[in-house]
Amino acid sequence: MTISTPEPQRRPRWRTSWSRQRLSGLLWQILVVGIAVAVVGWLWSNALHNLSVRRISTGFAFLGREAGMPIADSWIAYSPKDPYVRAFLVGIINTLRVAVIGIVLATVLGTLIGIARLSSNWLLARLSAVYVEILRDIPLLLQLLFWYVLMQGLPAARSAWKPIDGVYLSNRGLILPSVPIEDANLWVLGAAVLGLIALYFVRRRLVAQQMADGRMRPVWPYALGLVVGLPALLSLAIGASWTITIPELRGFNFVGGLTLAPEYFALLIALVTYTSAFIAEIVRSGIQSVHIGQWDAAKALGLRRGFMLRHIVLPQALRVIILPMTSQYLNLTKNSSLAVAVGYQDIVSIANTTLNQTGQAIEAIALIMLVFLTISLGISLFMNWYNARIALVER
Amino acid sequence: MTSLTSAPESPLPLGRPQYRRTLSARIIAWLRANLFASIPSSIMSLLLIAVLGKAFVSLVQWGFVNAIWIVSGDQTGPCRALRGIGACWAVIPEKYRFILFGTYPFSEQWRPALATLTFIALFYLTTRRSFWGRKLVATWIGALVLIGVLMWGGIFDLTYVSQDRWGGLPVTLILATFGLAFGFPLGILVALGRRSKLPAIRSLCVLYVELIRGVPLISLLFMASVMFPLFMPDGVNIDKLLRAQIAFVLYAGAYLAEVIRGGLQAVPRGQYDAADALGLSYWKKNGLIILPQAIRHVIPPLVNTFIAFFKDTSLVLIIGIFDLLTTAKTSIIDPAWQSFSVEVYIFVSLIYFAFCFAMSRYSRQLEAQARSS
Repeated sequence: MTISTPEPQRRPRWRTSWSRQRLSGLLWQILVVGIAVAVVGWLWSNALHNLSVRRISTGFAFLGREAGMPIADSWIAYSPKDPYVRAFLVGIINTLRVAVIGIVLATVLGTLIGIARLSSNWLLARLSAVYVEILRDIPLLLQLLFWYVLMQGLPAARSAWKPIDGVYLSNRGLILPSVPIEDANLWVLGAAVLGLIALYFVRRRLVAQQMADGRMRPVWPYALGLVVGLPALLSLAIGASWTITIPELRGFNFVGGLTLAPEYFALLIALVTYTSAFIAEIVRSGIQSVHIGQWDAAKALGLRRGFMLRHIVLPQALRVIILPMTSQYLNLTKNSSLAVAVGYQDIVSIANTTLNQTGQAIEAIALIMLVFLTISLGISLFMNWYNARIALVER
Repeated sequence: MTSLTSAPESPLPLGRPQYRRTLSARIIAWLRANLFASIPSSIMSLLLIAVLGKAFVSLVQWGFVNAIWIVSGDQTGPCRALRGIGACWAVIPEKYRFILFGTYPFSEQWRPALATLTFIALFYLTTRRSFWGRKLVATWIGALVLIGVLMWGGIFDLTYVSQDRWGGLPVTLILATFGLAFGFPLGILVALGRRSKLPAIRSLCVLYVELIRGVPLISLLFMASVMFPLFMPDGVNIDKLLRAQIAFVLYAGAYLAEVIRGGLQAVPRGQYDAADALGLSYWKKNGLIILPQAIRHVIPPLVNTFIAFFKDTSLVLIIGIFDLLTTAKTSIIDPAWQSFSVEVYIFVSLIYFAFCFAMSRYSRQLEAQARSS
């Protein structure tokens, strides 16, 4: 009797079915984590041993040493005498340069093709379907090599193709007319960006006013004033020069103008065309996901097809499109690492050269991973923010 | 009676013209509806016809009319004279054995050819719905063993061929198929782990999936080729192909886990409750009730992942493994054939396209079936 009295109070804590589940859960976790820790620890101790045998020092001290690696295509000043850290910076800029421009162009091209696939014009719809099918079913690396071979097969600089005046296409790449990049021009460009940001807030205010009283207010005068007028006034005030330099052939090469190296150009074309095929499919299924009644309702209001697409269908389709689109953007960024196959010096290519020069395999690959994880996280955060903004607000 | 039956023959009161009469009238009606429905559509059609026609003519001229189909030996002079004007298809009969099978001993190349056919038969059987279940697992194990025997040899009077002589299409198929065969169970485990109630297991799975999916495949392959040897104890030397294969299994596991997780989320909560009510253990609940339903939900996205994965195997070119793309690129190093890479790339593209197109057709068929049922 004396022993049995505390029993009923303790029993709930030791109910068998509950405790067994809990216990087995705990054991599983200890087992799995234990195995993971043991494997990682074993690999790590092997690595330390191997590194000490090969006399490779660990750590990132090598970043300060002279790189001695030539980089042909760089947007910031760089010479082989600069340290590795600067070479990595050039690589990151080169990766971002191809990824950002690629994402913009692939979105535009993909959206156009996605809409064309739904066109009532049979020829246009079939043609876009064939485009999507062919580009999706051939490996990107093969397409990249193909474009690169085509670029190399272009005529030499002396007999370059000249589709329009001032634009040359040769085996030196694509050469375009450009404006000089000086401080004054950058100030004007900055003013235009500021004008765009201001326009965004003005438009928001105008829409809010329209919501309040139902009167439509035109946005274009503000757009003209802020994005065109403001920079133009500034340009006049500080006297920026906008003379366009047209590239000229002197001897064996071009002087002046903006040059897109064949490696960069081939990579950009391959990434844009390949990704645009996937984006086209996403856009098409997004548009098709909008209920047919929405089209009918818009038609009943007497709206034109373009207006209907822009204001009724696409905003609704966007909600379906945005998440798969994010993963395409991430894919394009990751795929830009194929640059190493054609010798465009992006971050992967530069890390690979560093690895071969210094033997710092772990550090070089860790840097690649760090850069890509950061970019991926940035794109994910931005797209999640955008997704939350356009999400359906149920009232 | 006669007046009744002939009634539909009388002209309809509606003013709609009847295009059913002649073929030409039907064609005109189709053209008007599909190509010339409005003025912008007509302009677009004419523009496209002009551009496509021109492209088609120059393509036929390059690929057929001006093309050279055969040359004797390495006499590529006539081909090089026609560069840019006509294709030199002679490179294909000259190099196709190397492109398809790499440096595999020439007299033994029936073995990789047979292995390739085994792969294709295996893929075909996998698409048959009547084959799904235990039988499929047995077939896969049998086929993979057969392919191993064919490629390595060493038994049944077959001479032994080591992995570093393998190349071409069989290597591409091996990387893709073994990657999937091992990546799929791994993906299932990780997907279950990510939905597990146990926090340590869940975070381990999340870490694995996000780390692999956040970085490019190339960095994983670099890891396999340069970092992996550093992590092994002295004396352990794992073959390069096997190292790449391990990287592919880990890569496929992470991507497949996400697809399968989507399927798990689509299984209604009631199924879990019902399985719990029957008193099934965790593994029985998932293996018998949840996973079969979950995987059926995600078959189309799974096939799409397979396609992406098949294409991604071409990246081993960068770490110097002789898959189909690498043999193609290597076959044109030969000085006599150096300038005909476009022809070779088109040939290889057709092979990749055939596999991927078949898979994407199959995926679309499955989607249509799912929609109708």
